[in-house]
Amino acid sequence: MTDVTSTHNVHLSDAVERIQPSGIRRFFDLASSMENIISLGVGEPDYTTPWNVREASIHSLERGMTSYTANAGLPELREEISRYQMERFHTPYDPAEEVIVTVGASEGLDIALRSVVNPGDEVLIVEPCFVSYAPLVSLAGGIPVAVPTRMENDFQVDVEDIRSRLTPQTKALMISFPNNPTGAVMGAEELEKVAALTIEHDLIVLSDEIYAELSYDQTHVSTAALAGMWERTILISGFSKSFAMTGWRVGYVCAPAVYARAMLKIHQYAMMCASTMAQYAALEAMQNGRVEMEEMVASYRQRRNFFVKSLREAGLSCHQPGGAFYAFPSIRATGMTSETFAEKLLVEQHVAVVPGHVFGEGGEGHIRCSYAASMSQLEEAVDRIAVFVKDHA
Amino acid sequence: MTEKERELLLLIEKEGRMPAEKLAKMLDLQLNEVKGMLEQLEKRSVILGYSAIIDWTKAVGTEMVTAMIDVKVTPQRGVGFDEIAERIYRFHEVKACYLMSGTYDLSVVIEGRTMSEIANFVSEKLSTLDSVISTTTHFRLKQYKHDGIIFDEDDDDDYRMVVSP
Repeated sequence: MTDVTSTHNVHLSDAVERIQPSGIRRFFDLASSMENIISLGVGEPDYTTPWNVREASIHSLERGMTSYTANAGLPELREEISRYQMERFHTPYDPAEEVIVTVGASEGLDIALRSVVNPGDEVLIVEPCFVSYAPLVSLAGGIPVAVPTRMENDFQVDVEDIRSRLTPQTKALMISFPNNPTGAVMGAEELEKVAALTIEHDLIVLSDEIYAELSYDQTHVSTAALAGMWERTILISGFSKSFAMTGWRVGYVCAPAVYARAMLKIHQYAMMCASTMAQYAALEAMQNGRVEMEEMVASYRQRRNFFVKSLREAGLSCHQPGGAFYAFPSIRATGMTSETFAEKLLVEQHVAVVPGHVFGEGGEGHIRCSYAASMSQLEEAVDRIAVFVKDHA
Repeated sequence: MTEKERELLLLIEKEGRMPAEKLAKMLDLQLNEVKGMLEQLEKRSVILGYSAIIDWTKAVGTEMVTAMIDVKVTPQRGVGFDEIAERIYRFHEVKACYLMSGTYDLSVVIEGRTMSEIANFVSEKLSTLDSVISTTTHFRLKQYKHDGIIFDEDDDDDYRMVVSP
């Protein structure tokens, strides 16, 4: 095959040239080249999707439900999402006008940003955070501005850190609690301070609540449920983490109709609709998935308890993560960068973790360990981490 | 029953061998709290024992025959079904015995080395009891799932990518 670049001019957009491939990629390549590793580097549940959900999707195929759905998604699924959001998180959304079923929460983030960002708008991103936020802001023409969170503050966002980064160009704030990669959660009291600031400065808030169900010590507080926030919040969520449905690629966004209509325009042209068989699976998860989901959540909580204690015993300082399935211990005491630590740990002890800086500069000095792994893997991994920390003390 | 006790029971129901140290960490309790809890639950006969789940078909030379028998009985005044149930479940061949709603009364699970051993038990011991009106014996052909455990499952494969965001 001839390399096109040798015979043709390359015609790439400036926008795509500006963004970098995810830093996680290099680590993935390295880890994939090794055998017998224990991976704590996986950002998804270790469960297979519950059988009733898989079975419902199979049944939809058997019945021949293989055509497009409405752009916004199956009406009955939107009804369920609306009911669920209200019952669980006190966030009222009209299923006809304010709910869109998306191709994973990832698409939700994209269409939310593209609906509100003008060229040159600054979008505040609470970091460390999921790897796609800043690149998606850039692709939408915006300028990502990092707002750091810190371990001594349990990785909750401090309202002063937001305030000091406000400019006349600031348009929106992106937050995600429970957080990937820190596992941090924010209660109503802290969130309300952030809310007050966004109201004061008339910011739009993109709240990624994909880990909402995975909150272990308190019920998740939705940003959109706070006083004065519903009007300015685009809520992004989905089924991937809570119902172990990552591969189905089905999520949703909820927002006041004016924003939902804007997002729907992009969604209808870019996606048409989310996969029909995945939507039927999601419908079953909403209607009959609660019991099994709660069992999974209970198990994550137990593993969190076990893993975080064990990490501390292994000599790493770690805040108590209240949600998601990640621990984000500090590795500063070893004197290594997070990249070096993760690479050496992989090579020497065959344990894969993700270096914290991948999730934003503020993640430097930390590693992300996913405890969505079996208890026996967690025990073995922690033993190896303990040996590693001792070896490099 | 406290929430922690319930959680402890659910854990050891799945994995009876779990050491108390590990249980303590998982439940966010002190070691002596877990030990005390287990002791109490044993004393109150909430925990009756700790056993293994075994696929005997793989333990060559030890295959057993299992039958489920629907038993219709005449309940006795004053004691209902309890007395006849006790007469039946005390036989060591009886692995399980339940009082059922529906078209028969007792469901009895029998284990034996051969079919004829079970046939003998039914005809000589079970059917001859005064209160027993009739029996219907079903032999178990294959065990797919027992006590929540799927037999012969190769579902352990992890299809996830080794590192993902």
